[in-house]
Amino acid sequence: MINSYDDLSPVQLDVLKEIGNIGSGNAATALSQLLNRSIDMQVPQVRLMDIGDAITALGSPDKLVVGILIRLQADADGMIMFLLEEPFAKTIVTGLTGEKPFSLYEMSADDISVLSEIGNIMGGSYVNAIANLSGMTIDMSVPALTTDMLGAIMTVPATELSEAYERVLMISEQFLIDSVEIQSNMLLIPTVKTLRMLLGKLGADL
Amino acid sequence: MSKIVVGISDQKLCKAPDILVTYALGSCVGICMIDKVLGIAGLAHIMLPDSSAIPSDANKFKFADTAIKLLYDNMIRNGAAASRITAKIAGGANMFAVTSPSLSIGDRNVEATKAALAKLRVPIIASDTGLNYGRTITFNAADGALEVMSSLKGNKTI
Repeated sequence: MINSYDDLSPVQLDVLKEIGNIGSGNAATALSQLLNRSIDMQVPQVRLMDIGDAITALGSPDKLVVGILIRLQADADGMIMFLLEEPFAKTIVTGLTGEKPFSLYEMSADDISVLSEIGNIMGGSYVNAIANLSGMTIDMSVPALTTDMLGAIMTVPATELSEAYERVLMISEQFLIDSVEIQSNMLLIPTVKTLRMLLGKLGADL
Repeated sequence: MSKIVVGISDQKLCKAPDILVTYALGSCVGICMIDKVLGIAGLAHIMLPDSSAIPSDANKFKFADTAIKLLYDNMIRNGAAASRITAKIAGGANMFAVTSPSLSIGDRNVEATKAALAKLRVPIIASDTGLNYGRTITFNAADGALEVMSSLKGNKTI
């Protein structure tokens, strides 16, 4: 019986990693179609970690990043959070809207809606992977985006979810687009109840 | 002068001329207390409003109700006079403006912070709370100046 993330067995962790792999593959395909460019990717890094360690892994707490939050509903309960650094945001925005100066400090409304849509598409890639594998129905909220300090953005999963648990599944992907390497970081944060249900549906509940 | 870093769900005291700093408050609240006569200052970084909502969590520094009482007691134990302690608070943002079903955690943290300080009869002489952006704060034990810095919304001293 899983009562917290600490109770996960190695096999269960492998199942979660496999979900991360499939979702990442879907996300790369979606990005490639959207940008109309070939995208190579390395095997994504999938790690279960403390929220505090996740911040440390991504840099200093006051580093400026784009955070995109998507809530999961219906059979599932939890959230997806993308944490995108400037190189990723710039590659996507200029890839879709043409070459231009780009800075996280001065994003236009168009830049923001482009990145929100990317969050929606990439989030959908993971959610579809989970839904297809498990047979669960999962609804996604409209993405909410903010550009701010990493640590401040991370207080959202940290506070809202620390009432039950403090672990997140961090999926880091390295994409190679036109020989430029960019990284996206995604946190998949199902509630423990949802996690238990998911592993049960995947036959990994022992 | 040294800079003393206060982590999340953490609190520290210092004496002038030292400075307390805590990074990237989002929905969290930073509570600064000072006895200006003695130059004793304290800073608590709380994450959640109410310890009684999560009895299984024993980290008293995490919750507004318990952390503020502990910070106050520690100020007194280090010589601060109850009648001279004043407070400044910052943080309690709603980082993703549209996503919260009810009152946001940031708002609840600010409310709980005000209630805890009122219970201790510590006056709040300045605050910079709410809205939708993160704040890094430094609190100067020498003069009680609270500097509030953000990534995109500029800096101010309150």
